[in-house]
Amino acid sequence: MNARLSKLLHFVAGDAQADRVVPPTGYTARLTVFAAASMAFLAVFALALSLATGRLADRWGEALAKSSTIRISAPADQMDAQVLAVTEVLATTPGVKEARPLSQDEQRALLEPWFGPDLPLDQLPIPRLVEVIEDEEGIDAEGLKARLAGEAPGAVLDDHARWREPLVRAANRLRQLGFVAIVLIAALAAVVITLAASAALSANEQVIRVLRLVGARDNYIARAFVRRYTLRALSGAIVGTLLGSLAVFLLPPAGDQASFLTGLGFKGWQWLWPLAIPPLAALVAFLATGQAAKTVLQEKR
Amino acid sequence: MIELEQVSYGYGAGTLLSEISLKLAPGSFHFLTGPSGAGKTTLMKLCYGELIASKGRVTLFERDARQLTRDDVAQVRRRIGVVHQDCQFLDHLDVAENVALPLTVSGRSLSDESELEDLLAWVGLSRQRAAKPPELSGGERQRAALARAVIMSPDVILADEPTGNVDWDMSLRLLKLLVELNRMGKTILIATHDMNLIRSAKAQVQARVLRIANKTVQHAGADL
Ligand SMILES: Nc1ncnc2c1ncn2[C@@H]1O[C@H](COP(=O)(O)OP(=O)(O)O)[C@@H](O)[C@H]1O
Ligand SMILES: [Mg+2]
Repeated sequence: MNARLSKLLHFVAGDAQADRVVPPTGYTARLTVFAAASMAFLAVFALALSLATGRLADRWGEALAKSSTIRISAPADQMDAQVLAVTEVLATTPGVKEARPLSQDEQRALLEPWFGPDLPLDQLPIPRLVEVIEDEEGIDAEGLKARLAGEAPGAVLDDHARWREPLVRAANRLRQLGFVAIVLIAALAAVVITLAASAALSANEQVIRVLRLVGARDNYIARAFVRRYTLRALSGAIVGTLLGSLAVFLLPPAGDQASFLTGLGFKGWQWLWPLAIPPLAALVAFLATGQAAKTVLQEKR
Repeated sequence: MIELEQVSYGYGAGTLLSEISLKLAPGSFHFLTGPSGAGKTTLMKLCYGELIASKGRVTLFERDARQLTRDDVAQVRRRIGVVHQDCQFLDHLDVAENVALPLTVSGRSLSDESELEDLLAWVGLSRQRAAKPPELSGGERQRAALARAVIMSPDVILADEPTGNVDWDMSLRLLKLLVELNRMGKTILIATHDMNLIRSAKAQVQARVLRIANKTVQHAGADL
């Protein structure tokens, strides 16, 4: 582990003389840095999209997974019978995990913020509430409504959270697409850097020949190229990540509303995520150039 | 050090060199002559592992050249200093860096910076140390290539037409450097078709002449 670490440090710190052995190629160098910066910039946005839609999906999903409520309004003398009827209907409804009429105390607690603690609940024509907790499958809201209408005419199924279901699905899909975008960006970065490195290696055929003639091993030659491209990808990615993060930071502030567009961004510790982009870019460049160098040097036997 | 036994080689179909046997003993001084296109450069490449014999056996420092891996070849190159016919340099590095290149790529550095200065002074390139290779004259390139070939203190020095495109005075100067190296115990092989150079050398060291003719090597006698 320690040896590996010192090897890595040595690689990063580098050997100035060894680097000079490969001629500076201003043009592909700038292209590589620019490509890495652009990809990192895009990756920041893909990441922000993923995380924001993830938050959204979680929040909306929670609201969904929570209960629906059945509200029973009936004359006082029929109330208990209707509550019983509703409970029985729910007991035979597929998708219901648990159904429970709220107790007087619970209802009082719900109303307290509006009417104060001394509400004489039993004397008021307040509807009774039955909390329905759904299982994984969920209930068929329309079917339940129809049955309730038959068995307990005073009961109303309040499924206000249900309209969000397609949105949650959309948000989840969007989160997945965000991750796919990140993977694609990484793959694209690998492709671009491989092409740039292969082009540089091929353009430096003469250099490779001279290096071999003076006794350079393939490893040494490869390392000179790999190091250069890794550092370029790293520096480009740092710039791109900074700019991307800044752009996300400067987006108009999000309200508490989970509105999609204004919610794009990072929250709290999520700001740490973009930090992973530059090292990842460097790793991708390291592997891609290493592979390219190996292939090219193998060909130029 | 370097030994060829019944070695044949051909680019593509025909054979260029056929059943060649020769041995470079430590401390020996050989010339390799023959008309242009006879295969002098090819023979040299066989001697430093750039080419692999199609038939026969090449032994480099007690090892069969055919068995050498790429890394082994790189290792062998550090023990054989080669002055190439078309001295190839890295044009973006200066003369001093090019001369020190074998050290650089082997991860070593000179124990003393002044060694490089001494070496440059020895080949008369002190003033050109910071020049880039394209700015050098033919003779200067040859001397820089020689300096690069000896910086690793190799046991063997192979020089392929080192006096190819330089004037007579410069040829003698280069020869003097190679003779000095031989006196220090290095094994020397020089490919050339310059008979005057060979005569001049024979006055200074005990040099043997190998001639490529009819695809094979003949040990030329004293008939020069
Ligand atoms: N890489 C090569 N591919 C094909 N033919 C070659 C190659 N190198 C040299 N030759 C041919 O081999 C012959 C010998 O070349 P060379 O060894 O360079 O001769 P010399 O050094 O004696 O002038 C020449 O006819 C040359 O055209
Ligand atoms: Mg030749």
